[in-house]
Amino acid sequence: MEANEKKRLIKKHSPHTRVLKNAVMSFIFGSIICGSGQIIFRLLQSYIGDARASATLVTLIFIFIGSALTGFGVFDRIARHAGAGTLVPVTGFSNAVTSEAMDSESEGTVLGVGSKIFTVAGPVILFGVASGVVYGIIFFAARLIAQML
Amino acid sequence: MNRIIKLKRTVSFCSVAAVGGYEERRGPLGERFDFCDMTDTFGQDTFERAEGEMGKLALNTALTKANLSHNELSLLVAGDLQNQCVGTSLGLSGFGVPFLGVYGACSTCTEALLVLSAMMEAHADMRYGAAVTTSHNSAAERQFRTPIEYGGQRAPSAQWTSTAGGAFILGRDEREPRITELMVGRIVDGGTTDGSNMGGAMSFAAADTIISYFRESGASITDFDAIVTGDLGAVGSDILRELLSRELPGSERLHTDCGLMLYDMKNSDVHSGASGCGTSAATLAAHFIPEMREKKYRRILFLSTGALMSPQSLLQKQNIAGIAPLIRIECSQ
Repeated sequence: MEANEKKRLIKKHSPHTRVLKNAVMSFIFGSIICGSGQIIFRLLQSYIGDARASATLVTLIFIFIGSALTGFGVFDRIARHAGAGTLVPVTGFSNAVTSEAMDSESEGTVLGVGSKIFTVAGPVILFGVASGVVYGIIFFAARLIAQML
Repeated sequence: MNRIIKLKRTVSFCSVAAVGGYEERRGPLGERFDFCDMTDTFGQDTFERAEGEMGKLALNTALTKANLSHNELSLLVAGDLQNQCVGTSLGLSGFGVPFLGVYGACSTCTEALLVLSAMMEAHADMRYGAAVTTSHNSAAERQFRTPIEYGGQRAPSAQWTSTAGGAFILGRDEREPRITELMVGRIVDGGTTDGSNMGGAMSFAAADTIISYFRESGASITDFDAIVTGDLGAVGSDILRELLSRELPGSERLHTDCGLMLYDMKNSDVHSGASGCGTSAATLAAHFIPEMREKKYRRILFLSTGALMSPQSLLQKQNIAGIAPLIRIECSQ
C-alpha cells in the first residue's frame, strides 16, 4: 500500500481534537488562576506595601499550590480538562518539575531525582534563558542606536 | 512463501489467568479477572516491580488452576513493555523454569503463545509450558511518555496502556480450546510518526496478516466466529475494517478488538481504547478462552498487534512500524 494512502486512512479515521472546547476550558481555568493571583497580589501589596516582593510571593504561592496538588495526585485530573489553562501559568512549570521528581525518586536522590528533575521543564529553562539573552542584545543595540541618533 | 504453520501435535490451553489494576476492574470484563489490585502497586514500592509481581501472580494463579507445580513446566515464554523486558525477567526469576524472553511491543502475548506452541510442536516430550505477558500503565507512561502525575492533555486518538497481565499454561491434555495454526507477522510500515496514534499505525500490519492468512489457507470467512485483534482501539479498528471490507468483504463483521473491550469506553478517560501487551493477554484469559469453553465461540483468529518504536525513534521522526502475529484457536467440534 502507498504511504500516502496510509496517511489518508489514518487522517480519515482519527477524531479531531476539540479545539473550541479546549480553548474555552483553558480560558476559564487560566482566568481563575490569573484572577486569583491578582487578588492575592493586591492583598499582599496592601499588607506589605512592596509591589516586587508581593509579585514574587504570588509566584511562590502558585508554585507551592501546583506542586502540592501534583503530590496529592490531583493536578493531572484538573489539567485533563483545563489544558493550557493550568499548563501556561507557573503551575504548569511546577507540575512538570514535581511530577518528574516524584517519578524518579525510586532511582535515587542524585542519579534519579537530580538528573531527571528538569527532563520535562528543561526546554522551558534553556529556551527561556536563551531568548532572554537574545532579547537583551536587541534591547542593548536599540538603545545604543537611539543614543547615537 | 509458506507462512502458516499447522500444528500436528495437541497444544491445548490447560489453564489461564488474568490479573489487572483499578481501571481494569471497573471495565466490562472486571468481574472475570482472577485478581485485580485496586492500588495498581501489587504490594511493591515501584511500578516496575509491580509489573513483575503481576506476572508472578498470574503465573501462580494459572498453575494453581491447572493443579500443577512450576517444576512441571518445561518452558516459560514471557515478555512485557519495560526496557530489556526486565519486569518479566525479575518478576519470574523465582520459578526456576527455563525462560525465553520475547518482545513484540503490544503483540507480545500472541508472540509468546506462538513461540511456545512451536517449541511444543517440535518437542513431543515437552508436556507443559507457560506463556506470560504483562503491561503496567504507570511503568509504560514513565518510559514512553511523560511522568505519571504530569498534567497534560492527550490526543483523542491516544490509547491507555493497560495495567493487566495474562498467564497461559499450554499442555497436551484433550482440553478445549487448542491452538492449531500459527502465522508469524511481517513488519509493516505504519505510515505515521505520531506516537499518539499507534492504533492507526498497527492496523496495516493486522490487515496484512489477516489477508495473507485467508489467501494462503484458502479458509472461508464463515469458518470463524471472530477475528480478534489486540489493541487497535477505535481508530485502528475503523481503518482495519475499511481495509478488510475492500479485500475480504464480510470479514470486517467478524472483527473485534481487545482494546475496545477492556474499558468502559464511555465513562473512562481512555480515549481511543486500551493498549499495551497486557490488553490482549488479559482479554484472552478473562474473556475468549472461558467463552470458548462455554462454546460461545468455536473458532477464532487471534492476533495481538504491536507498534514497533522507541521514544528515541519517535523523536527522530521515524515511522512507527506495526506487527501482528496470528494464532488460530479452536474447539474440536
